[in-house]
Amino acid sequence: MPWPFDRDFMRLALAAGVVVGLCAPLIGTFLVQKRLSLLGDGRGHVAFAGVAGGVLVGVWPVWTAMAAAVAAAVVIERLRSRGRAPGDLVLALFFYSGIAAGIVLLGLAHGVDANLFAYLFGSILTVTPGDVGLIAVLGVVVLVVVGVSWRALFTVILDEEAARAAGLPVDTLNTVLAVLAAVVVVAAMRVVGILLVAALMVLPVASAQLVARSFVACLRWSAVVGVVSVVVGLGSARAADLAPGGAIVLVAAAIFAVLAMLRSGRRAQLAFARGHETGRAGPP
Amino acid sequence: MTASPHPVAGSTAAVASVVTAEGVSFRYGSRPVLDDVSLCVGPGEFVALVGPNGSGKSTLVRLLLGLLRPDAGTVRLFGEDARALRDRWRVGYVPQRAVAANDLPATVREVVSAGRLGRSGWHGRLRRADWQAIDHAVEEVDLTDLRDRRVGELSGGQQQRVFIAKALAAEPDLLVADEPVAGVDAESQRRFRDSLSHLVLEHGGAVLLVSHELGAVADDLDRVVVLKQRVLFDGDPSELAARGVSLGVHAEDLPLWLERLH
Repeated sequence: MPWPFDRDFMRLALAAGVVVGLCAPLIGTFLVQKRLSLLGDGRGHVAFAGVAGGVLVGVWPVWTAMAAAVAAAVVIERLRSRGRAPGDLVLALFFYSGIAAGIVLLGLAHGVDANLFAYLFGSILTVTPGDVGLIAVLGVVVLVVVGVSWRALFTVILDEEAARAAGLPVDTLNTVLAVLAAVVVVAAMRVVGILLVAALMVLPVASAQLVARSFVACLRWSAVVGVVSVVVGLGSARAADLAPGGAIVLVAAAIFAVLAMLRSGRRAQLAFARGHETGRAGPP
Repeated sequence: MTASPHPVAGSTAAVASVVTAEGVSFRYGSRPVLDDVSLCVGPGEFVALVGPNGSGKSTLVRLLLGLLRPDAGTVRLFGEDARALRDRWRVGYVPQRAVAANDLPATVREVVSAGRLGRSGWHGRLRRADWQAIDHAVEEVDLTDLRDRRVGELSGGQQQRVFIAKALAAEPDLLVADEPVAGVDAESQRRFRDSLSHLVLEHGGAVLLVSHELGAVADDLDRVVVLKQRVLFDGDPSELAARGVSLGVHAEDLPLWLERLH
């Protein structure tokens, strides 16, 4: 492969990054429409507790992070859907409890493992073929489930009560979405890190919403922006010796900023043209 | 038990009816919302449910749809327990304040297609017949020219027509609409009336319409049910007219008028 992906570690990073860049925005599209943009953050913080638990008991932290994130996903969704507490309150509860549990568990493990930073801030340049294999499997799971259930998830987004009245398994679908978000968080841990994982779920979607004319187009555009962010971010990181996780997210943010400016410029142009046609244009 | 002025037919009529509530009571915590309410809608009937704010209309609708369990009484849809109905696509539902978020990146056709899922199966692909039904529903509410537009770009009245089309997309045997024309323009109300008339006349479907604004559909109604925690009136609209009550003008004040008339 050409530079900057001419080395093995870059090719592995590219493979892991492309899968995450494709899947995270797909799940993010549904979360953003449900006004749950920060859900990924909440999952990430619980996953941090899982990573710390793995360090403490000597188990591969990815497995413990997965167990913690999925369990939290199910509990949060149950609490939210049964109206036991407001959605943002439930999220905050797990957000802070996750961080606190992580700190306590690390304290019990007598210190901070150097590898912990790889999970907190991402370490895509050190992913192994085993990591890429796991990320690929998780990616396939996400793509298959979204492929089968996207229409139903879209129907739930439109109106939960109407979806329930139509006989859709709304609680199950919400739980599936929550679990998929947890799976994506774990898959993205090594790519951008727990602290930035939500960004890859939200920023490409924000960009896609600016250009997409339909929901299907929004899913496609968000995946394209996600993948482009990963590829350009990784390339920039190699070229300028930057932290890859941060570079990927900054590229996603830059794409959004450029599209938003182009859109507002286009709107102003159209408004001026309309005003000019009707003779109401401002002074030259 | 409080007897309603016009009690519905007994359980023998339940199977023939589309939806039947018998002696239904419901309370939120200690606050009673519905007290011994009975109601029956037959095939092809166009029934309006009216009452002031807080009279229990929306709660009754949710009970009839099987979304809530009554504290007392029974609700049956097509002869089955409302909460256990298998073919739920047979009921189309337009919820209150059905509007899309401005930033929702979805076309009119996509939103309407979501209404077909209960019939086609939530995990399957939509087939040609499904898309034909979806396009027909879009046509019914006269939005064919706008079917590829983002729904967030439409006016409030047009958006409500989109959600009515969504409810019609499954070709239901019963359409339940909760305040579907609240605050929309006269043109949208007229198109809404045409869609309902089409459903009743051409498909033999039944309609239960909850609304404060019955003026647009007053001539098409078979029955009016007036609710204020219990059923105050259940009968032909002409009976109300004979008592000097105009549906177009007095829908919100009907319970007050009827209490005076009784």
